[in-house]
Amino acid sequence: MKTETQPHRVQRGSLSRARAVEFTFDGKAYGGIEGDTLASALLANGVHLVGRSFKYHRPRGVLSAGVEEPNALVGISRGNARHTPNVRATVQELYDGLTAKSQNAFPTLAMDIGAVNDLMSPVFSAGFYYKTFKWPPKAWDKVYEPFIRRAAGLGEAPTEADPDRYTNRFAHCDVLVIGGGAAGLVAARKAADEGKSVIVADENPTFGGWMLCDSDARIDGKDGPAWAAQIIADLKGRDNVTLLPRTTGFGYFQQNMVALAERITEHMPNPDPDLPRERMWQVRAREVISAQGGIERPLVFPGNDKPGVMLAGAAQTYLNKYGVAVGQTIGVFAACNTAYAAAFDLYEAGCEIAAIIDHRDSVEQHLLDQAKELGIRIIAGASVAKVEGRLRVCAMQVKRHRQEKQEHFEIDALIMSGGWTPSLHLFSQSRGKPRWDADAKRFLPGISPQNLTCVGLCNGADTLAEVFEEASGGTYSPKIEDDVSTEGGMVGACATAGPDAKSKAFVDFQNDVTSKDIRQAVREGMHSIEHVKRYTTNGMATDQGKLSNMHGLAIAADMLDAPIPQVGLTTFRAPYTPTTFGAFVGNAKGALFDPERRTPIDAWAAENGAEFEPVSHWRRAWYFPRAGEDMHEAVDRECQTVRKVAGVFDASTLGKIEVCGPDAAAFMDKLYTNGWSKLKPGRAKYGIMLREDGFIYDDGVVGKLSDTRFHVTTTTGGAPRVLVHMEDYLQTEFPDLDVSLTSTTEQWATIAVQGPKARDIIAPLVSGVDISAKNFSHMSVVECEVCGVPARLFRISFTGELGFEINVPADFGLDIWKQVWARAEPLGACAYGTETMHVLRAEKGYIIVGQDTDGTVTPHDAGLSWAVAKSKPDFVGKRGLMREDLTAEGRRHLVGLETVDPKTILPEGAQIVADPNQPIPMKMIGFVTSSYWSGTLGKSIAMALVEDGFNRVGETLHVPLEDEIVEVKVTGTVFYDPKGEKIDG
Amino acid sequence: MAKTARALPNEGQDFAATGVTITPCQPATRVSLRGKVANYARIAGFKLPGEINETTGDKGCHALMLGPDEWLVINTKKTDADLMPGPNVKAYTATDISHRNTGWTVSGPLAETALAVGCPRDLRLEAFPVGACARTIFGKAEVVLLRTSKTSFRVECWRSFAPYTFGLLKEGARDAAL
Repeated sequence: MKTETQPHRVQRGSLSRARAVEFTFDGKAYGGIEGDTLASALLANGVHLVGRSFKYHRPRGVLSAGVEEPNALVGISRGNARHTPNVRATVQELYDGLTAKSQNAFPTLAMDIGAVNDLMSPVFSAGFYYKTFKWPPKAWDKVYEPFIRRAAGLGEAPTEADPDRYTNRFAHCDVLVIGGGAAGLVAARKAADEGKSVIVADENPTFGGWMLCDSDARIDGKDGPAWAAQIIADLKGRDNVTLLPRTTGFGYFQQNMVALAERITEHMPNPDPDLPRERMWQVRAREVISAQGGIERPLVFPGNDKPGVMLAGAAQTYLNKYGVAVGQTIGVFAACNTAYAAAFDLYEAGCEIAAIIDHRDSVEQHLLDQAKELGIRIIAGASVAKVEGRLRVCAMQVKRHRQEKQEHFEIDALIMSGGWTPSLHLFSQSRGKPRWDADAKRFLPGISPQNLTCVGLCNGADTLAEVFEEASGGTYSPKIEDDVSTEGGMVGACATAGPDAKSKAFVDFQNDVTSKDIRQAVREGMHSIEHVKRYTTNGMATDQGKLSNMHGLAIAADMLDAPIPQVGLTTFRAPYTPTTFGAFVGNAKGALFDPERRTPIDAWAAENGAEFEPVSHWRRAWYFPRAGEDMHEAVDRECQTVRKVAGVFDASTLGKIEVCGPDAAAFMDKLYTNGWSKLKPGRAKYGIMLREDGFIYDDGVVGKLSDTRFHVTTTTGGAPRVLVHMEDYLQTEFPDLDVSLTSTTEQWATIAVQGPKARDIIAPLVSGVDISAKNFSHMSVVECEVCGVPARLFRISFTGELGFEINVPADFGLDIWKQVWARAEPLGACAYGTETMHVLRAEKGYIIVGQDTDGTVTPHDAGLSWAVAKSKPDFVGKRGLMREDLTAEGRRHLVGLETVDPKTILPEGAQIVADPNQPIPMKMIGFVTSSYWSGTLGKSIAMALVEDGFNRVGETLHVPLEDEIVEVKVTGTVFYDPKGEKIDG
Repeated sequence: MAKTARALPNEGQDFAATGVTITPCQPATRVSLRGKVANYARIAGFKLPGEINETTGDKGCHALMLGPDEWLVINTKKTDADLMPGPNVKAYTATDISHRNTGWTVSGPLAETALAVGCPRDLRLEAFPVGACARTIFGKAEVVLLRTSKTSFRVECWRSFAPYTFGLLKEGARDAAL
């Protein structure tokens, strides 16, 4: 063991016989012991200076021994991709080879040029963001914002993608206990005794909480660690108890859903890459027991932030748990009794106690007696007036209240305690309202609206006897000796940090907020703590004011001469401690980020060189380039092949809904604009679906299979919302209709065969039906067999050519596609993708809902009045269509556009103006919705929504682009085969 | 005419980890029933369940009640035609969805834990006993769960969600034993 490099290690605590490890801090190698935190190991090596403060770049040391740490934030690196900034050294477990770096210091931690901010502190006082950067306005972009951005945020973010795994687990239990200290362990044992399923989570690697740090108390004769070990062993042996160490309960949500973040590999030197780094637990608990404990408050006095000034309980923890003495000659500044216990322990371990300064005027006799016995001097009714030393405390000046004279003590550490703040975080997150305990000057849990019970110090239990009583419901009352109560303490500034004090006394260490800042905020008109908080940034750092909120509140209340509850308490929000994005992301990365849906025919497309595009969650074949072809050439070829020969297209992603039941046609009549009752079985029809307001919601071809069964198709992206829309109306508006709706999108693979040779291609594969032009006309549907498999065959066209769509049960889709392809290829047909489909339909003026409509387009606007039944008494959207503004003249209509130069392809989304010479901003009268190169026609084509477009056909309009203004002629939307002769082929 | 081959969306999707085995389910006939289904017992050969989240049936055939008027029948023995009612049935509707769904059997002592990676439901035996079923979510996919034994679940999803669902099942299986 490198004890020679750990001069402050003492033979105390559970670590004394553990394995030695090595680590580096700012490039220097140190020795530590397995079980250390980074902070305890640094302190064992006498390193107190660990960071620079955020705003003033003041040298800072380790203040606490837990998650509340505001100062000792370091970067931990396991290579570029595994660099974690702002790790609290007080909770980072040491492992062999750990590499830590200080933050916010340049060039070195000991000599940081940013420290000039400390001298300029008048400039950076409370509210400086709001004042300093107001004028001149021009300086904002060039000076202020870059400055603030550089100054904002601490530490460096990793530059590479996170290579680690994270995972998630849902869990359910009768009782979830947050906090595995004395209260949590006893409460868990009681619940387990009652046969309940119990989960206990504790943020530390070992359960036991303060019991592992206490050297005084004896419970039935056992010391703290021995007592904890026994109850932990008991709980471990039970089937109905799950113990989760290194697991923080950080969020409390509705109906007792509590989120826990479990750190699995953070403490391992070389974690197995297969292990998840963290696991998010989402626990639904019948009952939650919060045993969060409390957090010790610092005292607010000048220089309370210097390295070597530390919480008394932290010093006691380092001593009793980690075997580290935080100094040789130690000053103690107390406002409660627990600091005395820390002082006596340190004395016992061989440290010298310079004096115990007590802010209170009187000290309990038993403490005076004990101090006297040990020869420790107590100065009551006094305050620390000054702390000397730059990178480490070397002396303190002590001033008695109401006296001028100061006394000087040479020290190398100063431990302090302002008392203990019950942790209300989870209680508050559960939407419980805290109540004010006026005697003890603290907030305690009131009533939670959820099934939550707070036990132990977080509920104001100050002694072990009270803790056990609460946690066990009175069933556990062991013999307790030498327990130290956590009662007492003070809130607000010490006597030496009053309104007249000149030096900085810190309230919020992480955000560099001093008592003066709080007072200034109040003077400048901030009277609610919510305003004080935002003006000063008190409590707004990553520690969320765990140490600072109560002091800030008390100082503001003092200034306002108002009781604390009247000034208010800020709300506690999740997460309790910083939680990584990785934990939230969990498994949802890479292929598991979001489902990518593929059709049964996707594999063929991939093998045959398709380029793909995402369409909603689907991956669809976009185009099939041949060697040497770019997208433009491939699409051109595909389009012309379909028009001259034929093409095969995978339309499986089209949404499909089976509407069946005795009232199926009546339901269709309600949901679509046109009529379905009179349609004969075996016929298909194009249908438009409106929203209540009369605007187009979706469209598609619907086949009537029988009087009681429709095969409805929807747009690819619209499938889920159309089913929901239908189901909504069926359940709420038309519950009398006897109809059922079933999504069959994935039941069928859909193969579209389009083009003059479509029938030749499929005819030999189809059996049981005559598909001749005469007997199977356009807009027919039939149930038959294709390749020996039951199929639904449609004669429909989204290209303007003779077309069929073969629907077969999806498992057969791939093979039948191959059989179709085997017929199509020798005839000179091609496989085509979505881009060609788009061009072909645009040549025919067929709209795509969501591209040529935007939720403000009526059927009339889209030129589809023919598809709206005039005679039907009602359908969804009928009343909407009659609204004055929907029937008004001059609405935007869907028209065709031809560029004067046929080679110019308009960008989709481009705005259209009537007069290009008007001053900017011009009046825009519409925009381009679809635009393509049509190889078939040898020119560009476009569709656009244009004001009063139907009455502008033949007019010339203009499309102003970045570097030119394109002249366009308004046309109809059907560019190809306007008479529709091809479709009847 | 050459016999047309089936390509299964869950083909080759098996995985084993300590305490969990994932195996793809064989093709099955699946029918979605809506309405008043009492008479369907004649076709199924057994009475359909009357409570949501309950199943009836025996090995190879399950009827799952998924909603107030919705049942899913999964049958690995009979063909599609055997399970579809005739055209005169008016009390309920039946839609063939045999190819819409695909599924896996997730079994082993840690099957429950493996599913907990993405399913927020309480799957403990007392809350989700043998024979219980549910339409629920698994990560970002909708699934139907059916507990076939203390340590075994049938997990079904729509076929295009198979790669995602199987991928997340594998993650769950990997993590269950940790």
